[in-house]
Amino acid sequence: MSIDMRQFHQTFFEESFEGLDIMETELLNLDVGATDIDVINTIFRAAHSIKGGSGTFGFNNVAEFTHVAETLLDEMRDGTRAVTQNAVSILLKSVDIIRGMLTALRDDGEMDAAQVAEVKAELDALLGSDSIETDHSSNETAGAAATSSGWKIKFTPHAEMLRTGNDPVRMLRALAELGELDVKADISKLPGFSELNPEDSFLSWDLTLSGEISEADVREVFEWVDDECDLDITALAAEAKAVSTESPASNTEHTAEPAGTDKAPATRSAKTAKAGETTSIRVDIDKVDEIINLVGELVITQSMLGQMGSDFEETQVIDTNKLEKLREGLGQLERNTRELQESVMRIRMLPISFVFSRMPRLIHDLSSKLDKKVDLVISGEQTELDKTVMEKIGDPMVHLVRNALDHGLESPEQRVAAGKPETGTVNLNAYHQGGNIVIEISDDGAGLNRKKIQTKAIERGVIGPDDHLSDEMIQDMIFHPGFSTADQVSDVSGRGVGMDVVRKNIKALGGNVEVKSEEGIGSQFTIRLPLTLAILDGQLVRVGDDTYVFPLISIIESIQVKTEQVNAVAGKAELYKLRNEYIPIIRAHRVFGMPEENKDLAGRLMVVVEGDGHRAGVIVDDLLAQQQVVIKSLETNYRRIEGLSGATILGDGTVALILDIAGLISMFREGNYDSPPPSPKKPDVSAVNSEAA
Amino acid sequence: MASILAVDDSASMRQMVSFTLKGAGYDVTEAKDGQEALNIAKSNKFNLVITDVNMPNMDGITLTKELRTLPAYKFIPILTLTTESSSEKKMAGKQAGATGWIVKPFNPDQLLATVKKVLG
Repeated sequence: MSIDMRQFHQTFFEESFEGLDIMETELLNLDVGATDIDVINTIFRAAHSIKGGSGTFGFNNVAEFTHVAETLLDEMRDGTRAVTQNAVSILLKSVDIIRGMLTALRDDGEMDAAQVAEVKAELDALLGSDSIETDHSSNETAGAAATSSGWKIKFTPHAEMLRTGNDPVRMLRALAELGELDVKADISKLPGFSELNPEDSFLSWDLTLSGEISEADVREVFEWVDDECDLDITALAAEAKAVSTESPASNTEHTAEPAGTDKAPATRSAKTAKAGETTSIRVDIDKVDEIINLVGELVITQSMLGQMGSDFEETQVIDTNKLEKLREGLGQLERNTRELQESVMRIRMLPISFVFSRMPRLIHDLSSKLDKKVDLVISGEQTELDKTVMEKIGDPMVHLVRNALDHGLESPEQRVAAGKPETGTVNLNAYHQGGNIVIEISDDGAGLNRKKIQTKAIERGVIGPDDHLSDEMIQDMIFHPGFSTADQVSDVSGRGVGMDVVRKNIKALGGNVEVKSEEGIGSQFTIRLPLTLAILDGQLVRVGDDTYVFPLISIIESIQVKTEQVNAVAGKAELYKLRNEYIPIIRAHRVFGMPEENKDLAGRLMVVVEGDGHRAGVIVDDLLAQQQVVIKSLETNYRRIEGLSGATILGDGTVALILDIAGLISMFREGNYDSPPPSPKKPDVSAVNSEAA
Repeated sequence: MASILAVDDSASMRQMVSFTLKGAGYDVTEAKDGQEALNIAKSNKFNLVITDVNMPNMDGITLTKELRTLPAYKFIPILTLTTESSSEKKMAGKQAGATGWIVKPFNPDQLLATVKKVLG
């Protein structure tokens, strides 16, 4: 029977990666002082499954490597080896190696052999010479390699042999397949009927097996009942030829070569997947059921509408009653569609624990590298967000956590000197707020060094020598590219290293990041992200002849401009006094490079928006409907444009651009008011802000 | 056709065992650990049980012991999936009442040969 083992590879990879995650998490949980046997068991089981699977599915190098790690775990499980920090570290490295090997196999990539050998050597060294190989195939059939022209076999099962499900009939049948079998039953031990226990075996057999058969083959038949019977095997011919081959342990032990080779390509679907990205997700069955239900509803509604259509056709008369029904039907269709859309979106929603779970390992590795003591406190890990967002938020978070340890937390000595506990704390938290997910990364470290940042800010002419540095200014500083290269603030407070990239990545997801810091107390970074990158609740507005979309989440209110509240400052910039606050007025026409027929602001519509903590009023011509829009990426279809976060297609087929409020405000604040982004009709290349490139 | 209960916590292994046996015409039911297997076994009758040893909730050795206490499974063949490094597990399995073992890693042909040995 030939079975294509590749069909099981995808499942094998998925469960192995899951197993590796379990191993990693549990290894990090393992308290070296007081070892929990359940935890060791869990780790062992995961390693064991990976080994078994990789051996079965033809990945021998993975099986071999995992075997060594498993042996170490086995000794820990048996209590013959202490659980040391060193052993845990090596096992963690092994997890990385196995993950690397499997990833390489899945993606048809290459694994660094030197790296594998290095960790394997560490494992071997730890295991020591005494336990490198367990003599697992100790040969019970030693000396059984002789062949004969036939065998005389006395087979006497012990009374309880049947209780292990071993039936003598099957053994006799197996022998009969080897050669010509002559069977004589010995019933002399059979007791009287009244004493007979039908669950015991009382029979024995005298068997004569003729043919050129090796003793090993004969013994293999009785392999499972070796200790449950008396077995006497003698050669029929006077002298058995001794055969000088090694006992074929593989025959008796069924350890034949697994099918396939190490290089066996992964399944087609796995191959086409981009390296490192998961191609499938696990979905709660409830979510799927819900969708199936909704699709059912949709089908019913559709057939109802179809019926009405043919009714209209038949009668040829417009009946108001029927029209009413049609409207109802369409309303139902709309509800169904929206619910279905929401349910489908939820399929891709995963708990943020997928990202958070990477952090314990990171902290473990970094804290030992930096000689710092850290407690990681995670909360809100069940908060869900879209998989597409999840995939992109991992790296910025790793960066922020690394910074918290490297630059935020002080050394144990410094902490004690500052009257703090020796062990620092890093908090990760996630929660939903409106249509956003908020992720907080905070530490109780030294906080940002205002003095150094201030020096730098003065140097750059951002503030005067006597100016106070506001939190807002600090943010502007540390997230600014190039502000914090090594010779600047990075040595001590260096939050700025790569922070510009962090901010850029988060902004690309339509989110933002803020920092709050108190010297000596700690810092907190807050990331706000949309739950999904696929749909958006929008407010449609008209500017000139075009329709634009404002994300509903950024709109505070819409008002009619009262001219007495408008102040013109420094020439062309206009401010609006909104209650006790002055907010800049952004004329959408100018931003989008459109002629503004009515330059007078009196009575015009102004949408008050907020982004990145700043407010502004955007002048538009008309407010249209509110609706959910499907976001199409400009980056993918055209290129990234400052001030715009994407585009969408409206019900009538026209394209509407979606505003990036935070980007728009920052353009205004940076004085790029006169270099507007292109209108949707005529993209103006020169207008693209240099930072957006 | 003979019905087989295949018990393994690894989904890929279950898939492989099940696919192989179904291909050979057996009726296969899957369980993901000993506890689940025991529950299924109590309400169904199988001609053969193939079980992994290392599993969460209930391991294969315990499952074997538990099955043997059920009248319906007193003489039913039970095969354990063991690994080359755990020959002591074979003995533990035997003592618990296992009929025999299949050594991992195995390929479909070996699996079928072993199953045939107990089901005929």
